[in-house]
Amino acid sequence: MANVRFEHVWKRFGKVVAVRDLNMEVKDKEFLVLVGPSGCGKSTTLRMIAGLEEVSEGNIWIGDRIVNDVPPKDRDIAMVFQSYALYPHMSVYDNMAFGLKLRKVPKDEIDRRVREAAKILGIENLLDRKPRALSGGQRQRVALGRAIVREPQVFLLDEPLSNLDAKLRVQTRAEITKLHRRLGTTFIYVTHDQVEAMTMADRIAVLNNGVLQQLDTPQNLYEHPANVFVAGFIGSPSMNFFNATLTGTKEEMYVDTGGFRLRVPTKIANAVTQWLGKEVILGLRPEHIHHVEFTPPNINAQRIMAQVDVQELLGNERLFYVVAGNHNFVARVDPRASATAGETVALNVDVDQMKLFDPETEEAIYS
Amino acid sequence: MQRVGTPGEPAGAFRWLTTAVGRLLVSLFVPTITFVVLWRVFIFLRDTRAPHWITAGVAIVWGVGGVMALFFLANMVIEQLPVRWRTRLTPFLFVGPALVILAWYLALPTVRTFYASLLDARGEQFVGLENYVYAFTSDAMLESFRNNLLWLVIGTGFSVGFGLLIAVLADRTHPLFETFIKALIFMPMAISMVGASVIWKFVYEFRPPGAEQIGLLNAVVTALGGQPRAWLLMQPWNTLLLIVILIWLQTGYAMVIISAAIKAIPRELLEAGRIDGADEVQIFFRIILPTIRGTILTVATTIVLFTLKIFDIVQTVTGGNFGTQVIANEQYNQMFRAFHYGRGAAIAIVLLVAVIPVMWYNLRQFAQRTEAFR
Repeated sequence: MANVRFEHVWKRFGKVVAVRDLNMEVKDKEFLVLVGPSGCGKSTTLRMIAGLEEVSEGNIWIGDRIVNDVPPKDRDIAMVFQSYALYPHMSVYDNMAFGLKLRKVPKDEIDRRVREAAKILGIENLLDRKPRALSGGQRQRVALGRAIVREPQVFLLDEPLSNLDAKLRVQTRAEITKLHRRLGTTFIYVTHDQVEAMTMADRIAVLNNGVLQQLDTPQNLYEHPANVFVAGFIGSPSMNFFNATLTGTKEEMYVDTGGFRLRVPTKIANAVTQWLGKEVILGLRPEHIHHVEFTPPNINAQRIMAQVDVQELLGNERLFYVVAGNHNFVARVDPRASATAGETVALNVDVDQMKLFDPETEEAIYS
Repeated sequence: MQRVGTPGEPAGAFRWLTTAVGRLLVSLFVPTITFVVLWRVFIFLRDTRAPHWITAGVAIVWGVGGVMALFFLANMVIEQLPVRWRTRLTPFLFVGPALVILAWYLALPTVRTFYASLLDARGEQFVGLENYVYAFTSDAMLESFRNNLLWLVIGTGFSVGFGLLIAVLADRTHPLFETFIKALIFMPMAISMVGASVIWKFVYEFRPPGAEQIGLLNAVVTALGGQPRAWLLMQPWNTLLLIVILIWLQTGYAMVIISAAIKAIPRELLEAGRIDGADEVQIFFRIILPTIRGTILTVATTIVLFTLKIFDIVQTVTGGNFGTQVIANEQYNQMFRAFHYGRGAAIAIVLLVAVIPVMWYNLRQFAQRTEAFR
C-alpha cells in the first residue's frame, strides 16, 4: 500500500511561494501526472515527496506515515531525473546495483534484480558500459532500471523524456505506461507536456503558480475543465476564448461575442439562467468548429461567418486562423476544406460543446 | 587532384627534400633576419646620444613593426607560389619561428647540459660518468634524495589533502563564509616563494632563553612555559618545517581547483545518491571523490613537480644546511658555489629525468580531464 497524500502543504523559498496549500491524494498503484507550465511548482512538489526539499508547512503522507522529516533514503521511493544523473564513473551494472549495495542486499539477489530489470528494459548487452558510451535513450533506460531494481513503493519521474528526440519520446512514452502496468506500483510523473500527461496518466493534476487547478482523469480534464487555465492548457491548439454576453430570454438564450451570436442549447441555458444579461467568457475548442461542407452529422451545429487570415495544412487536418468581429480564433477543419487568405468562410460550431466561464474568477460556469 | 610524376613536377624523394628544405628556410627566415637586424639596431641605439625615451620608442616601433613587416613580406612571397607549394609552406612561416626559437632556447641547452655533465669541473676534460657517480653516491646527494622524497610525499599529500578538505567543507557552508574562507586560504598564493620563506623564517626565529622571542613559534612556546628552541637546526624536523611553508603556499591552489571541480558536479547526481540510500560520507567517497579523481590527480602531479624542483624555500631559509639539502639546491651549490660545472650539469640531468614521467602523466591527465563529462 503506497498512496501519497498532501495535507495543506506549502513550500516557500524565502518570500516566494512555490506550492500553495496543496491538498491531494495519489492513490495506490495510480499513474498520476503533475503538469503545468514551467515554474508552476510541479517539480518542487515531486522533490518534496522525494525528500529533496523540505516541506514549509503541512504534511506529506506516504502510506500510513508522515514523511516530512524522513530522509530520502528511508522513504522507499525511487526517482528518475531529467538529466538521468547516472554516476559517470560506474558501469551500467554498478549504476543499477549501487542503491542495493548500500542497502546491503545479498550479492546474488542484486545480480538477479539487475539482470531482470535489464531484461525488461532491453539493456542486457550494455551492462558493462560506462554512461558516457551510451546514447540518450539508453541512458534514460538505465536511469529507469536504477529505479526498478530498488522495487520501491513509489516511482518519481521528473520530466524523464524531455531530453529525448521526438520519435524516441513517443516510443518511450508507451514503454513507461507498459512498465507501470507490469510493476503495479504508484507512479508520480512530472511533465510540462500536456500530450505526455494525456496519454500516460490515470489522473492528471494541473498546477499553476503553485496552486492545484484541477485533479481528474484526462478525459474529464478535456471535457469538463474547471477553469479558464485548465481549459486553455489541455488541448492543442488550445481552446478559443471570447468575451461575450448572455442575451435573450430563459427560453431563447444567446451568447453574443460582438462578432457572432450563438443560440445556447436548452440544456446549457437551464444551467446558467442566473447569468442571463451578464458578461461571460465563451470557450470553443478548435476541433468543435467545422467547415460547413465537412460538418459531421448528428451534432448541434450553428453557422457563423468568419474571414480566413492564415491557413495551415497539416495533412490530416487543416487549421484556419480566422477573424470574426474583433475576435481572432482557430478552427480545426477537414483538410479538404480550402480557403484563400482574406476569403470569408461559413463555419459550423458544435454548440453542445461550448464552455462558459466567469470573467471575474475564471472558474467554469458550465463545462 | 594529385599529378605526381608529370613533367615540371618533381616527384618522390626529390620533392620531399625540396619541401623539407623549403620549410626549414621559411621557418628560419623571419627569426634570422630579425635577430641580425635587431642586433645591429641595438648596437646603433646603444651608441646614440638621443634621450632614452626616444631610443625606447624607436626600439619598440622598429622591433615590433619590423617583425610584422617581415611576416607580411614573407607571406606575400609565398602567396605568389603555386597552390601546392603555398599549402606546404605557409604554416611553417608562422609556426616555424616558434619551433626554431623553442629549439634554440630549450632543446639545445638540454643537449649542451648533457654534454657538460660528461666533462670535468671546468668543462675541459672528458670524464665519462664520473659526475653521475657523484650524483648518486655522494652524501649531499643522498641526503637530497631523501629530503626530496619527504617533500614529495608530505608536501603533496598535505597540500592536496587540506585543499580537498577545505573545498568540501567550504562547499557546505554559507556562500559568503565560503568566499571569505577561500580568499583567506588562497591569499598565500599571491606571495612569492622567497617572500613566504622570509615570513616563515621569522616565524621560526630563535633567540636565546631569557631574551625576547621575536619568532612566533618560540613566542608561543615560551608563553606556554616551554624553552625556546632553534627549530631550523633540529634534524629531521627542520625539513618538515620547510615543507609546512610549501603546504601553506600550495593548499590554496589545490583548494581552488578542487573546489571548481566539486561545484561542477551536477546537483542531481548527489540527489540520486541520497535517494539511492547513501549517507553524506558515502556520497563523498563513492560519488564526489571518483568524479573529481582526474582533477585531484592533475593537482597532485602539478604539486609533485613543484616539490621535485623545490629550491627557493630551502635556499632562503636554511641554504640547504643542517640536513635540509634538496636536489635543486645541491645543483646550485655545485654550479655557483663550488663552480663544478660537470656535477652541476649531471644533477640537472638527473632532476630532468625524474621530472619527465610526472610531467608526461600530468599532461595526459589534463587532456583526459577535458573529456570527463562528455
